[in-house]
Formats: sequence, C-alpha cells, structure tokens
Amino acid sequence: MKRHLATALLSASTLILPATPWAADPAAGAAGWVKEYPQADGSKPRSCTTCHGRDLTQPGQHANTGKVIEPLAPSVNPQRLTDAAKIEKWLRRNCRWTIGRECTADEKADFIAYIKTQ
Amino acid sequence: MSPYTFKSVLTLLVTATLAMSSAHLAFADDDDDDHERGKDDWFESRQAPVVNAIYSEECGSCHMAYQPGLLPPQAWARIMTPDALIDHYGDDASLSEELRAEISAFLGTNATHVSQQMIPGGASNPSATSGGLPRITESAEFKDEHDEIPARLVTGNPEVNSFSQCNACHQKAAEGNYDERWIDIPGHGPWRD
Repeated sequence: MKRHLATALLSASTLILPATPWAADPAAGAAGWVKEYPQADGSKPRSCTTCHGRDLTQPGQHANTGKVIEPLAPSVNPQRLTDAAKIEKWLRRNCRWTIGRECTADEKADFIAYIKTQ
Repeated sequence: MSPYTFKSVLTLLVTATLAMSSAHLAFADDDDDDHERGKDDWFESRQAPVVNAIYSEECGSCHMAYQPGLLPPQAWARIMTPDALIDHYGDDASLSEELRAEISAFLGTNATHVSQQMIPGGASNPSATSGGLPRITESAEFKDEHDEIPARLVTGNPEVNSFSQCNACHQKAAEGNYDERWIDIPGHGPWRD
C-alpha cells in the first residue's frame, strides 16, 4: 500500500513540476561560452572567454580596461550566482556586448547551469 | 520620545555636524598648502575620495571609479543618459533606472562641488570628442599635465595601454591622490617634471 502511494506521488510530482529546471543544459552553456561572434564595428570577434577566459576558476580580465575580473566559478568564488539582480544585469550587458542582442531565457539558463558546474 | 533621548539625539547631531565641518576645514587647509607650494593645478591637487558605495560597485567593477570632480556636471550628465550607457566607450554599461538615477545624482552633486573648488575658472573642457562622449583624457587640464609623457610609456606600454588607466601609474589614484610623488610608470619608474 505504502509503495503504491509513493509511486503515485512520484508520478504526480513529475507531472505537476514544470520542466524548466531540467531544461537548462550545462553542455550547451559550455558550448555557448567559447562561441565567437563577429563584430559589426570591425573590432575583434568576441566570446565570453574574451573577458572571463576559458577556465572559470581563474580570474579574467576586462577586454578594454584590463581590470581583473574575479573568477566566476562558485567552487572558488562562493559569492557567484547568489544575487539575482547581478546575474540579470551582467547577462543583459554581456550578451548585448558579445552577441549583439539579449540572450533568450534558455541561453541564460544554460550559461548559469554551466557556471554552476565549475 | 523622552526629553532625555531627544537631548542625546540633539547632542549627537551637533557633534556629527561639528566633526564634518572640521573635516571640511582640514581638507581646505590641505588645498591651501598645495597652493603655497605652487601646486595649485588640477591633477596635483587631491580629488575628493569616492564615497558612494553604489557608484564604486557599479562603475568600479570595470574600471577605476574616477572621482566625480574629474569632469564637470554637464559631462557626467551626458555620460549617464540611458542611451549613452548602452554604448559606454564601446562597452555596454546599462543600468536599472534606479541605479542610474542614484549614480547620476552622486556624480552631478560632487562634480559641481569639486570642479568649482579645484579648477580655477570652473569647468574643464567638457567635451572634446567629436560627437562622442566626454573624456577626462581630452580635457585641457589633463593634456596639460600629460603632454610631456612619451606615448611608448603609456599607449605603447602593455602594462598601461591607455591614458584612461589612471591607476596604472598613479599609485594612489583610487584614493584621489594624483600627487607626483606617487607616480610609478610600469617598466619605467617615477616621473619627475
């Protein structure tokens, strides 16, 4: 009886919970991270690695000002991904600057999923 | 509120006000000293330290948080429009309206105060870039102070790259201290006029 109830609950929760949390794909985020985008104004192609580097546990460097950017990986920088407003702000700015448009919700979720694993 | 508490609050307020006034006097004295030594120009003067946490966080995360007194208020106003922030010297520095308003107010207020105090005759050249945003490095005062420095030490120096990186050479730029004794050009050393 107990077992039936557990199964029923499990099936129900699978149906009820939104699919979004599982849609975020760290592998897609990782691929997007290194993808280079040509720039309309003739400047060098950009990717996320332009400023943040490929290894998220290491510091990055702002492409224009040279200012050091603290590592994005939560494993070495626990402050990362703890402030929703900050995440929104930087994804908006950096997607526009790098890709030339705002990222879609899926793209943003993938980036965050990837960063989380680092 | 009991009369006793009221009195304490009043005492505290008066004390705080007096403390602030003396701090201001000390700052003014400093300027006078500079004038006496013949160092009354802009960059050898001290810039008021940056004291707004939001400004330091939002602008300082990408570059040195330039002291508000380094540009006149109308220049900051142009830099801080929503459109200008989207293309901020080639970068996207867009802000929420709330943060933008807070930072604009801080820059505007302090720019007015400091530029009147520091720059004889008022504002530096607000504009200079043809159609672009104002730049500290294009003000007459800036050029005057930096015209003898060979480009190889700055734009040709990978550790400096640009005249915009004040703190690459001015060791205490972030504290608003541009005094010559704190200049150390990477790969070159101190600079004496």
